[in-house]
Amino acid sequence: MERPLTSNIYPDRPPLNLKEYEQAGGYAALRKVCSGMSPAALQKLVQDSNLKGRGGAGFNTGIKWSLVPMGDEAPHPKYLIANADEMEPGTFKDRVLLEGNPHQLIEGMILAAYAIQADTAYVFLRWAYHEAAALLRKSIQEAYDAGYLGQDILGSGFHLDMHLHTGVGRYMCGEETALLNALEGKRATPRAKPPFPQISGLFGKPTIVNNVETLCCIPHIVNNGADWFKGLSYSEDGGTKLYGVSGKVKKPGAWELPMGITMRELIEEHAGGMKSGFQLRGVLPGGASTDFLTVQHLDIKLDYKSVAAAGSRLGTGTMIVMDDGTCPVGFVHNLQHFFAQESCGWCTPCREGLPWVEKILLAMEKGEGRKEDLELLQMHTQLLGPGNTFCALAPGAMEPLQSALKYFRDDFEKHIDHKKCPYD
Amino acid sequence: MLTAIEKKAIDHEIELVPYKKASVIEALKIVQQHRGWISDESIEAIADYLEISPAEVDSVATFYNLIFRKPVGRHIILLCDSISCYVMGYRLLHKALEEKLHIRMGQTSEDNRFTLLPNVCLGCCDHAPALMIDKDLYRDVEPALLDDILKKYT
Repeated sequence: MERPLTSNIYPDRPPLNLKEYEQAGGYAALRKVCSGMSPAALQKLVQDSNLKGRGGAGFNTGIKWSLVPMGDEAPHPKYLIANADEMEPGTFKDRVLLEGNPHQLIEGMILAAYAIQADTAYVFLRWAYHEAAALLRKSIQEAYDAGYLGQDILGSGFHLDMHLHTGVGRYMCGEETALLNALEGKRATPRAKPPFPQISGLFGKPTIVNNVETLCCIPHIVNNGADWFKGLSYSEDGGTKLYGVSGKVKKPGAWELPMGITMRELIEEHAGGMKSGFQLRGVLPGGASTDFLTVQHLDIKLDYKSVAAAGSRLGTGTMIVMDDGTCPVGFVHNLQHFFAQESCGWCTPCREGLPWVEKILLAMEKGEGRKEDLELLQMHTQLLGPGNTFCALAPGAMEPLQSALKYFRDDFEKHIDHKKCPYD
Repeated sequence: MLTAIEKKAIDHEIELVPYKKASVIEALKIVQQHRGWISDESIEAIADYLEISPAEVDSVATFYNLIFRKPVGRHIILLCDSISCYVMGYRLLHKALEEKLHIRMGQTSEDNRFTLLPNVCLGCCDHAPALMIDKDLYRDVEPALLDDILKKYT
């Protein structure tokens, strides 16, 4: 089984330096592109590979790039940004790539920047990833020294500068347009779309924001072709995927596997199944802002379409397992506390609604829940749902709530009827 | 007033952006690195230097979780309270830390050694529960391990 993204990552040794990365075939893709591939051809190649954005939205990366104005008339500077602000609770996949092989990300960024003819690239890195920050600073300098960054890269006439930006902590920074505001030194509130960032992004210039894992796929697609990339997958979405499992399983971790393996294989084989004494009750398949799946869904394929058909989202592909010893109401309260705290306050339904939901759930946990609270919660899943808020934060927050009300309704009712948390 | 060292570091950040104001987050980070936290005086000094209003600087300073608008202790303990750590028992760590340090979440110990703060997901959910002290990440933490961890920080 091929594992292009992680084949050069070894848990017990430091990541490849520039020379080792080159010996392992690194920067060959950049050489190939610089020796005569046009930006349009590179965009087409990535589009044909059916690489879908690994940050959670799952949009075709090549199509996203194709919306950037090209040619002599295009506004400059253009920007390429790696979204490394991994902050979705339960998600730890980009860390593996950032700490494991920083040059792979840098090469992917240079290629993406070439495809849209960007002038400047930023890595927007989460503050907490101190080790990754040090590695990226060193690796970016190595890439400059080797002529992979700066003026006239490998004699192609293409020039690119790259900077590392570390955040100061706010979940909203992961949202594409809020990230742009943060990079401009503002509060990380979302922007109205349109205009889309491809037209008017950072400092009003054309900008592409791609997830770390997405960018790391690019060198391998250039080296091996679109058909090879599609062939890695068990489903129609191209490539491999970094999946992860946390919670009370025997071997929590992250693994690069063919896109479209089943949830059963991931949890039972790779994560070793549940710890003894615990049964699986629910799974958030792709981070805190995805709908619960349950035991009946274990055999679904973990690709964008199949998970959507089961009523959830693949999201980041890092799943959180809820066991039978964990209270679903407390679990959802923890999630809503997070979302209420991280709401940027820009739009009213999210700013006012999420704390209300959080308070209702806390009251239930304390044994102060009322019968009508269930209806109130249900109502909020509509009021804070898609179309009623400025960005996807509140609708994302409602996904685990609405599915918990569906699958674990008994637990909510028990809290109200017995005036206490049955798990305490 | 900003020090010469602070000004030099901020000047470097200003060079990387199209206009001065865009470097305000970096300026806050730089001043906090030198002074530990961001006082009203620091807000005014940064505003003055970047030629924007103190209110604008404060609106940014209060938005981000890790810009401190109150004094903090010598070491910051960030305890992850997100979902994987919830499932794996962070609440036991929370209780143990409050008991050991005789403070509640959000407070600073009397000897000014530690400030205890809640923090969202630290991105190591496969080794939950986790906490971070200054820049050091601790994974698979159990209450019994806390004494050995805390004694490294004076």
